[in-house]
Amino acid sequence: MKTAVVVFPGSNCDRDLAVALELITGVKPAMLWHDDTELPAGLELIALPGGFSHGDYLRSGAIAARAPIMREVIEAAGKGTPVLGICNGFQVLTEAGLLPGALMRNAGLDFVCRDVALEVVTTETPFTKGYQPGETIRIPVAHHDGNFQADADTLDRLEQQGQVAFRYAEEVNGSARQIAGILNAKGNVLGMMPHPERVVEQAHGNTDGRKLFEGLLNVLA
Amino acid sequence: MKARVTVSLKPGVLDPQGRAIQHALEGLGFPDVAEVRVGKVIELDVADGTTEDQVADMARKLLANTVIENFKVELA
Repeated sequence: MKTAVVVFPGSNCDRDLAVALELITGVKPAMLWHDDTELPAGLELIALPGGFSHGDYLRSGAIAARAPIMREVIEAAGKGTPVLGICNGFQVLTEAGLLPGALMRNAGLDFVCRDVALEVVTTETPFTKGYQPGETIRIPVAHHDGNFQADADTLDRLEQQGQVAFRYAEEVNGSARQIAGILNAKGNVLGMMPHPERVVEQAHGNTDGRKLFEGLLNVLA
Repeated sequence: MKARVTVSLKPGVLDPQGRAIQHALEGLGFPDVAEVRVGKVIELDVADGTTEDQVADMARKLLANTVIENFKVELA
């Protein structure tokens, strides 16, 4: 499976994501820089990592979302290429208009950094095929701006159309309807605040993130 | 010339920072503040003749996230 990780100035989970992708797909991902203006041919997954792109200046993900490479990512997403945004990557996807809503400052104002319980809400996507519907998994979060907000109509639509991928099974950051991860209408773009790439091998103490990447591999390979 | 873009959270959008500031004001002996909302002021030094529409375009494309924020443009 041919994958790529997009690196922005201030990304800091790009290497972890690359290590996880290589571990599971057996192939080193292409590392793309924010300034790049084209994508390698034949990509089967584009991954946007966590971190603090551009120092979270203006709004988290706002400046990265307007980077040259993002024009290519938006075009590829439109053509159906799977795009996964984790943490800051999720913020970038909302700022780029690939996903609805916005990620605001955590309701408690704290930076939240711990393992959280998540419910897998839908398994009808390549990203979540590896899980059981309703399964509870534990994935770490580490964010200050993870409070997902959208207007009531958008939230209703997300729920009715099966676009909520993951929900927090506990209070984490004040997100509307406990939403932890959402899909676009076509189901090929997933944004999530928790970090599946941090729980893919036994040494991590938990491998609940592994099924996300394995599910993708099974669908796409 | 200068342009000033004031970005504020839309009404109804929860503002946890504003709420924390309100509580701090209460602690400082200002109990009568009903609500605090935090926004930003962005000052731009732009070419003479820049129109309000051009600055509004900048605000829509980058300076504000219109999902959660409103903005106001002033030219001076």
